[in-house]
Amino acid sequence: MSAALPVPVRVQGPWEAALRALLRIPSAVASLAVLLLLVLLSLSAPFYAHDVAHTDPFESDVAATVTLHGEEVPVMQPNHNRLHLGLTPIGPTWHADADLLGADSQGRDVAARLLYGGRNSLLISAAASVLCIVLAALVGICAGFFGGIVDVVLSRLMDIMWAIPVYLFAISLSIVTVSQGLQLGPFTIRSDNLLLPIAIIALVYVPYAARPIRGRVLSLRQAEFVLAARCLGVPRARILLRDILPNVSTTLIVLAPLVMALALLAESALSFLSIGVQAPAASWGTIIEDGQGLIYTRPAVAIAPGLAIVVTVLALNVLGDGLRDALDVRETGRRG
Amino acid sequence: MRRRCLRSLGALLLLSAAATAPSVNVVQAPSADSDTSTDLPPVIAPGGQTIGSPHRGGTLRLTADAGAGTADPQINYNSEMISLQVVVYDGLTAFAKRPGEASNQPVADLAEALPPPEDGGLTYVFHLRRGVRFSDGREVGVQDVVASFRRIFKVNSPTAGGFYGGIVGADACLKDGLHCTLAGGVVGDEAARTVTFHLTHPDAEFFDKLSFPHAYVLPADTPARDLGNDAPPGTGPYRITSYDPNHGLTTERNPFFKVWSPEAQPDGYPDHITYSFGLTDEAEVTATENGDFDYMYDNVPLDRYGELGDRFADQVHINRVFGTYYLPMNVNLPPFNDIRVRQAINYAVNRRAMQTFYGGPAAASVLCQNVPVGLPGYEPYCPYTKGADFDHPATEWKAPDLARAKRLVAESGTRGMHVTLVVPNRAVEVAMGTYLQNMLRELGYDADVKPIAFAIQFTYIQNTNNKVQISINDWYADYPEPSDFLTALYGCENFHPGSDSSIDISGLCDHPFEDLVHRAALVSVTDKAAGAKLWAQADRLLVREAPDAPLIQFKKIELVSKRVGNFYTVNLYHMLFSQGWVR
Repeated sequence: MSAALPVPVRVQGPWEAALRALLRIPSAVASLAVLLLLVLLSLSAPFYAHDVAHTDPFESDVAATVTLHGEEVPVMQPNHNRLHLGLTPIGPTWHADADLLGADSQGRDVAARLLYGGRNSLLISAAASVLCIVLAALVGICAGFFGGIVDVVLSRLMDIMWAIPVYLFAISLSIVTVSQGLQLGPFTIRSDNLLLPIAIIALVYVPYAARPIRGRVLSLRQAEFVLAARCLGVPRARILLRDILPNVSTTLIVLAPLVMALALLAESALSFLSIGVQAPAASWGTIIEDGQGLIYTRPAVAIAPGLAIVVTVLALNVLGDGLRDALDVRETGRRG
Repeated sequence: MRRRCLRSLGALLLLSAAATAPSVNVVQAPSADSDTSTDLPPVIAPGGQTIGSPHRGGTLRLTADAGAGTADPQINYNSEMISLQVVVYDGLTAFAKRPGEASNQPVADLAEALPPPEDGGLTYVFHLRRGVRFSDGREVGVQDVVASFRRIFKVNSPTAGGFYGGIVGADACLKDGLHCTLAGGVVGDEAARTVTFHLTHPDAEFFDKLSFPHAYVLPADTPARDLGNDAPPGTGPYRITSYDPNHGLTTERNPFFKVWSPEAQPDGYPDHITYSFGLTDEAEVTATENGDFDYMYDNVPLDRYGELGDRFADQVHINRVFGTYYLPMNVNLPPFNDIRVRQAINYAVNRRAMQTFYGGPAAASVLCQNVPVGLPGYEPYCPYTKGADFDHPATEWKAPDLARAKRLVAESGTRGMHVTLVVPNRAVEVAMGTYLQNMLRELGYDADVKPIAFAIQFTYIQNTNNKVQISINDWYADYPEPSDFLTALYGCENFHPGSDSSIDISGLCDHPFEDLVHRAALVSVTDKAAGAKLWAQADRLLVREAPDAPLIQFKKIELVSKRVGNFYTVNLYHMLFSQGWVR
């Protein structure tokens, strides 16, 4: 009689468990799908513009025509009122090859610009949120882990930044950089470089992300496993990398979509004010600005990017909630 | 030399003016009878008339997005204030207050008649009318006229040099305004009630210049400083009773006004004319459509054109004005210091697109030259269009010639240079700028657009320290003569490096052109037709030199409330407020 061999049990890793938990949350899955769709659509912008709509969305052409139902139609349509006053860009045609969502006041295809604008908006907000989280993690972990004077200096610095209204802060920085670009030693960043809005937006949201990270590190610093490591004489750098950082990472992941949603709103606001993405490039904010003057006659020009922003921000917030539930960051113990 | 809506100067003056309290120039005087129509001019029923029958009384309510700077009529250079001041003040002469083209003609106002030129056009003797009173009750005298001309220099009026620099003694006054006497230039004779002007050279536009608001006659004791919010007494049918640039302006009837010349200064219909400031242009449209205001000063936003044409066509008046949009190019900065580049821009620019951005053919016409349609010296000439050149000029613009433009740019060797286009941050100009940025990029330049607050863009582009390469500007005639578009904008005397007041924005100082315009001005004194030929030659010379790219000649689109009757417009001042009927 031989003893039965133990069946090897596959231990689920913490990240795998979190992913499974996330996929069990329908709202999170739906928001992920929406975000993926938006990213795919934005990436398809060149294909749509060149192969479907046959248009250059960055080229003004008020004399252009489109073929609609076999008929050549001017993109800028004269008003057939008694005074023959003004021209109105063509409205949504719902034909992908003929100004699907209409044209703006420069005669440009709104749908194509919406897709190109999405690329910039999503890129800027994603990059800004990553940069913001990295900077916030640096500040929050240093402040929380080292404490003392480091904590005092960094925390007060964050308090000062937090005291300035975030949009006012972003607008001030943008106005300075958008007029002449940014000179960094031998390097010059031109005013139309996307690095500028990325850096500005990341910077202004650092205090918002750094504070919860610091709080998390403060609690982790008193955790038993950290105290044990310190008693065993483990170097601080090792504790930081092996014990603190992995436990903070869940907080960072949960913060990322929320910061990205804020960054998207900030980017849109700055671009709407002409101090974010610079013409002729587009972002959802600049398209809303283009549509501002057409709000009475062609509201779709402003509404379409507005809806895109709303949907994206909503999806990011729901995803953030889902991640928080899946990673359960409110439970502060060491996972795995 | 007035920009269509020159708020730049106004904004600066407003800052100083805002500190002082509104003035109230009220004296005890005979009460005005609001129900009588004595001395009213004959009722004019131009095409622009809307509704109603002659009605005296009521309040005409005007709205504008902001105040218009100082209330000092010899300093303010803003059409918003000037269009109101024409019913408050008078000069020796005035542009006829008649509808349309008739309003281009100077007529005698405080002077009894337009005097014939003497000494070969160097002397004019004006006889002053008797019995005309300021709104404070004092009679207008010879000394008031003489003092008013001295005051132009004492307060450093924006047109002191440009318009009145040809009066004997003006040179000294321009150097030392405070001690200006215009000795030997403006001579008054109390006994004969004459004012004699001596000029340094004949000036065919002298009456035009005297009709300009900066030559209004004010009481001799008017302080020689910017009066800010305190409007001095005038002689017109209305007097300004309060002015606060942040809130509004009110006028009432001048109790001492009596009609002396219906053509120069007719009596007014409304009892009061008021201005309210603070609404956006969009809100102004809605408020005027709804009848909350009777007239909006600011330009109707383009997106409201369709709605106006559909539902409010009866309340809209479209009038041709001597106003243009153009692209000044700095002839002293690369790449525009190369004439081939400037000509390339002229070939490349799609003027039809510019027309579209301004509201289409009903709102503007394409312009290929510097003298607008309707002025003496206008002869259709367009070498910068597809299929034309200097040897075979067309008479009208058809389409851009990008191939030729690219060739010229290639020859100049300036491809790849960085070019910044400075535009005011209003929707129309930003749209034009975006379009032009594309065009510049297509020509091979690394182009960007710099929108600047409307209030400061005009002075910014004038100052050479700002190194502006190319910009968009609009220009509205001070008086209906070609010199206001040629000499004023491209004359050497109007180029002042480092100054905010250098209206020769392109910095052109071309001696053959200078000689030609001086000859044209001289010949026009005695022979207008021959003068016009010379102005046309000067225009063609300028087109070839291409210090700018003319774009469009715009029309003024004015919106009034449903209750306004007897709307009529005078070419230089838009609606003549004194003539509106409001119940």
